Amino acid sequence: MGKKVGMEVSIAAAEAAALCDVDVVAAYPITPQTHIVEHLSELVANGHLDAEFVPVESEHSAMSVCCGSAAAGARTITSTAAQGLALMAEIVFIASAMRLPMVMLVANRALSAPLSIWNDHSDAMMVRDCGWIQVFCENGQDVYDHVFHGFRVGEDPRVLLPVMINLDGFILTHVIEPMEFWTKEMAKSYLPPFKPVYRLHPDKVVSMGAFGMPEIYAEQKMAHDVALRNSRPVIDEAWDELARLTGRRYSAVEHYKTDGAETLILAMGSLCETASLAVDQMRDGGKKVGLVKLRLWRPFPFAEIRQALAGAKDVVVLDRSVSTGGGSAPVTSEIRAVMYHEPSRPKIHCMIAGLGGRDVTPDDVSNMVDMALAGTGAEYYIYGVRG
Amino acid sequence: MKRHFRDIVPFDQDSADRAIEEGHGLHPLDEYLKPGRIPHIWCPGCGLGVVLTTYIEAIRRKGIPVDKCVVVSGIGCTGRVAGYLDMDTYHTTHGRAIPFATGLALVRPDLHVTVFSGDGDLFAIGGNHLIHGARRNINLNVICVNNFNYGMTGGQAGPTTPVDARTSTTPMGNAEPGFNLPHLAHASGAVYVARWTTFHPRQLVHSITETFDKKGFTFIEVIAPCPTGYGRPNKLGSGLEEMRYYKEMSEVRNGADPSKAEIRLKGKILCGTFINVERPDFLETYNNLVIAKAQGRDKGKAA
Repeated sequence: MGKKVGMEVSIAAAEAAALCDVDVVAAYPITPQTHIVEHLSELVANGHLDAEFVPVESEHSAMSVCCGSAAAGARTITSTAAQGLALMAEIVFIASAMRLPMVMLVANRALSAPLSIWNDHSDAMMVRDCGWIQVFCENGQDVYDHVFHGFRVGEDPRVLLPVMINLDGFILTHVIEPMEFWTKEMAKSYLPPFKPVYRLHPDKVVSMGAFGMPEIYAEQKMAHDVALRNSRPVIDEAWDELARLTGRRYSAVEHYKTDGAETLILAMGSLCETASLAVDQMRDGGKKVGLVKLRLWRPFPFAEIRQALAGAKDVVVLDRSVSTGGGSAPVTSEIRAVMYHEPSRPKIHCMIAGLGGRDVTPDDVSNMVDMALAGTGAEYYIYGVRG
Repeated sequence: MKRHFRDIVPFDQDSADRAIEEGHGLHPLDEYLKPGRIPHIWCPGCGLGVVLTTYIEAIRRKGIPVDKCVVVSGIGCTGRVAGYLDMDTYHTTHGRAIPFATGLALVRPDLHVTVFSGDGDLFAIGGNHLIHGARRNINLNVICVNNFNYGMTGGQAGPTTPVDARTSTTPMGNAEPGFNLPHLAHASGAVYVARWTTFHPRQLVHSITETFDKKGFTFIEVIAPCPTGYGRPNKLGSGLEEMRYYKEMSEVRNGADPSKAEIRLKGKILCGTFINVERPDFLETYNNLVIAKAQGRDKGKAA
C-alpha cells in the first residue's frame, strides 16, 4: 500500500474531512479538540476547502448549526470534548432522532468537576444513549479512515444517522503517528455525493422538529432504535469496501491473541494498543491471556461479543469512566448484561483505570488482570487510587 | 509495586509559613493570594496580573474584609483568578459565572460579589446571562478582561475579535464584527459602565472602588494584552509593545457615549467611566413591590 507519513492525528482528521469535501464546519474551541477545527479553518481560509466555517458562540450553537446544515442537505462536521459535549447534549439527541447525518469527532476528555482537560471516557458515556452510531478508535490511522467511513455510513439512505468518532484526547489527538493517506480519487470512489432523502427545500416544504404527541412519540423512539440496529449491515459493508480500497480491515469486535485464551481483556480506544503489549508480556510469561477490542459501541455488536467471550473463563473489562453509585462501569454493565443469558458465561471483572488522564501502562494492565483473577471482592474496582 | 506521583499542587511550605507568620511574603499582596499557587500559568506579557492586582488593591483601599468579598469566575485564562485568590471563590463552568453569582448575591446581599471573566466567557457562551443580569440589575460587579480572543485554547476568534484580525480560526482575517462591550452593557441596563486598559491601573483601581459603593449591575471592561494568542498573529509585538500601543492610542473621555466606543484592529481605544446612573436594583424592587404587596394581602386576610 501507500507510503506512511508522520502527521499529528488531529491534523490528519481535518485533512480527511477536507478530502470528504465537507460543506459546513461549525465548532467552538475546547481542549483537546482545537487542532482539528483550527486546521479545518485554515484549509477553508486558504481556499483548499470550499466550505462554510462557522465560529459559533458555544457548543450548543455548534450542534444547532450542524443540525440546520445537515437538514438543508450539506455535508457537515464538528468536533468537541467533555464540557462541550455536555453543553451540546440537548441537540446531540435531537440530531439523531431527526435522522440528520453528520460526523462528530469527540476528543475524549474527563468531565468536570474537578476541572480536567485530560483523557477518559466519561464524556462519551454521558451520551451513550443518544442514538448516534458510536465508534472508538485505537490509533491515528483508525481515526483518519473512520472519517470517510463515518460519512459513508451516516449518509447512506438506508441509515441516515449521525456518527460519533471517539478518539482519546491528547493520547491520540496530540501525537504524531505514521499514517497512510487517501488520495482524492480514493475518497471520491469510496464516498458518493451526499443525496439527502429528507431535507429542507423551498420547492418541497416539510416541517422538521415538530411536536411528538403521546400518540406518536413511542413509535418514533422505536423507529429510531430499529434504524440504529439496522445500520449494522451498512457499517460492515463500508468496512469491507474500506478494506478493498486500503487493505486495512476493521470490524466491530477485534481479537488479539485470543486463541486458547482462558482470560480475555476487553478494552476500547487507544487503551487497546497498551493492552496488546501487556498481552504479549503475559503470553511470554506463559499466561493464557488474550485481548478483545470493542470498536463499535453503538449499535452494540451483541453476536460478536457473545461469540468472542464464550470460551473464556474470565473477562477483565477495562473501563475508563465511573457509573457513580451504579452496579459497575458502563462498558462492564453492558458486557455483563449481554452474557447473562448465555449457557456458559465467563466471570466478568470490572477494572476502572485511566480516569482524568492518569497513565495506564502495560504493567498496569498486567497488574489489573492479576488483581482481577485473585479477586477484588467488589463489583467494580478503581485501580491505582492512592491513600 | 512502587510508583512515584508528583504532588498534586506544587507547595512551597517555607514561603507559605513566612506569608502567614510575618503577614507578608515575597510580594506585598501575597496575603491575598493562596500560598503555594504561585507562579501562575499566565504567559509573559499577559495583562491578567495587572487586573488581579488592581482588584486586590481596590479591596485593600476600601478596607473591605476578605470575608465580605467573593469572586466568581468562568472558564479561560481569566477564570484562573478564582484559583489564585485566597478568599471564597468559585470557578464555574464555561459562561455560567453570572448565574452562579446571581444566586449568591440574592441570598447574601451583604457580600461584595465580583464576577471576573474573559470576553469569550461573558459575551459568547455566557452572553445571554450577562444581558439578563444587567436587565434585572442584580447587585454584581463584573470585571471583563478583554483580550480579543480565546487565549487558553490557543487563540481562536471570539465575540470581540475585530474585523480583519487574524486568529487561529481566522488565518486570513476575521469577517465578523466584534461586540462593543460598554455599549452592550449599557443597553442591557448596567448602572455603571467603564473601560480601561492595563496601561491605566490607577484609574482601574479607582473604578473598582467606585463599583463597591454602587447598588446594582456594574460593568468594567479591561483591555489586556495577549501577546501569545492575539498579539503574535496580528503583529502587535510583545506585551510591553502592546502597553505602548495602549499608551499612544487610548483616549480618556469620561461620560462619553458608549455607542462611540467601538474598537477596530490597531485603532483608537476610548477609555473612561462612560455611565454612572442610579436605578433600583433587583432586590430593592422585589422587596418594595412583590414582598410588600404579598405582606399587605396577608394582613388584609388576617383582618
